[in-house]
Amino acid sequence: MAEARSSAVPPQPDRSGPRPGRRRSRSHLGVHAVLIPASLVMVAPFVWQLITSLKTLSSATRVPPSLLPEGRWENYRQVFQLLPFGDQFLNTTLMAAGRTAGQVLLCPLAAYAFARLRFPGREVLFGLFLSVLMVPPQLFIIPQYQIMASLGWLNTLQALIVPGMFSAFGVFLLRQFFLGLPPELEEAARLDGAGPLRIYWFIMLPLARPGVIALSVLALLWSWNDLFWPLVVNTDPEQMTLSAGLSALQGQFQTDYPVLMAGSLLASLPVIAAFALLQRQFIQGIAHTGVKG
Amino acid sequence: MTLTSRPGGRPRRRPRRDRVTEALWGYAFIAPAGLGLAVFYLWPVVRTGYFSFTEWGAFGGHTWSGLDNYHRLLSDPEVGRSLVNTLAYTALGLIAIPLAVVFAALLNRDGLRGAGIYRTLFFLPVVTMPVAVAMIWRWLYNGDYGLINHVLAQVGIDGPNWIADPDTALFALVVVGIWSSLGYNLVIFLAGMQAIPKEYYDAAAIDGAGPVRQFFRITLPLLSPTAFFVSIISVIGSLQLFDLVYVLAGSGQTARANPAFPRMETVVQLFHDRAFATNDRGYGAAIVMMLLVLIIALTALQFRLQKRWVHYG
Repeated sequence: MAEARSSAVPPQPDRSGPRPGRRRSRSHLGVHAVLIPASLVMVAPFVWQLITSLKTLSSATRVPPSLLPEGRWENYRQVFQLLPFGDQFLNTTLMAAGRTAGQVLLCPLAAYAFARLRFPGREVLFGLFLSVLMVPPQLFIIPQYQIMASLGWLNTLQALIVPGMFSAFGVFLLRQFFLGLPPELEEAARLDGAGPLRIYWFIMLPLARPGVIALSVLALLWSWNDLFWPLVVNTDPEQMTLSAGLSALQGQFQTDYPVLMAGSLLASLPVIAAFALLQRQFIQGIAHTGVKG
Repeated sequence: MTLTSRPGGRPRRRPRRDRVTEALWGYAFIAPAGLGLAVFYLWPVVRTGYFSFTEWGAFGGHTWSGLDNYHRLLSDPEVGRSLVNTLAYTALGLIAIPLAVVFAALLNRDGLRGAGIYRTLFFLPVVTMPVAVAMIWRWLYNGDYGLINHVLAQVGIDGPNWIADPDTALFALVVVGIWSSLGYNLVIFLAGMQAIPKEYYDAAAIDGAGPVRQFFRITLPLLSPTAFFVSIISVIGSLQLFDLVYVLAGSGQTARANPAFPRMETVVQLFHDRAFATNDRGYGAAIVMMLLVLIIALTALQFRLQKRWVHYG
């Protein structure tokens, strides 16, 4: 990323030596000619969503459609009447926050132990953690549902949060991080008499911060967008999350698309805003799932 | 809290007591995450396996029924249908990989202006809630008021009712799938490309290789391990397709009213319906066991095939 920026600097031929095939002053016209239409295809659906969300139902269903936005902000208020949108927004926020907090607290602890502490059975236990990663999540759901039912947790916030607080992926991701950290600091601290908890908390965890941030960003994203589990455990509209609530709406006989577009825009807005702020972390998090694995 | 090691006078080889304490700390560190994973993930896999051999009554109880559910799987036309749809979706979705490689290569050009903006735009669908994405496309695909058919009408094409027409429904699904996963794959490929040493390109340039030649001779071979990883992840992800279909095709009554639903129903869709809508949990469990076998088989197949196309530098 920093690379792209630094290479936008004008060429300095005498310093980098001869690079005949890589003239940096090239205008890349052909590249833009492909990328511009492609990126228009990527954003056009969102633009159309925004335009539609500001129309009345009758003007949205007019043929031919008008490409101009209208100012019907009323749709955004109607979302709250059509759904318990406020409740669902809060549920989704608390679910995402609770799951993320759980993962951020628990995953690095286990990851550190797997990366740096020696104990009998370490490999076997890590293998068990990894095996969770390989199983499709649908295999967990019926028994998880039963656990929730037997605890009397159906249609509660705990049901949305608790199973998602544990992540084999998070442990795996952070273990890779801890493995890459220099052991010298840790050894110095040990010689100074610090115990494992101290070393972990004051030395290793701060060093693993980029990894922890990447994990929390991904945990937030995946929780916010989750559908299957919330759909199954919380069927009471007031206890639903946004994704389940919205998907319940579109099944109705006369779909009011402008209101639906307003609702789905509002529902995805927090993550899009978070992405705008934390782009690097989002993208690095994704890249880490792929390259360093 | 008892801290074991005392300051000073520490022998080179660590005493047994220290090793025991380290082990105890190790177990203490993994215990919270480990217990949670055991209760909510590991044990459930065993339970689902067991449930797949049981028959569920209307009020929750279940009895052992041997291989009944699996016999039923083999002769259930809906299972066959959803398998065909899922596999077709998975195969067609692989188009996303070369597409992502091409866009990543374009974005990776030295000194490309606006690279950050392009990358952001490609990544936007990845972070957007899948339900919202599916809603937008449902509206775009609308046969009467949809923007797509309006645009097609400008060039004289009478577009179908995309997600309600059995001939186009699966294709429509694949398009949304590719559109929403392109940015994810692109970012992984970009990271892979940036890990390729610049010297290779410099050397090739000195030998007179142009960008296209460099792409085929250097980038593509060195990127093949990344492509292998992406194809494993995409196949596993596609086999679990649910959210998009749940919104695009509809569920329950809406789904039954959609003539194209038989061409869109996926394995996970069917699992959701049997396990939670009709409370046929034993059969639902058998359906996801079948999914597990399918995922293992296709992943193993890819690992076997990788020798033919993946180059490890």
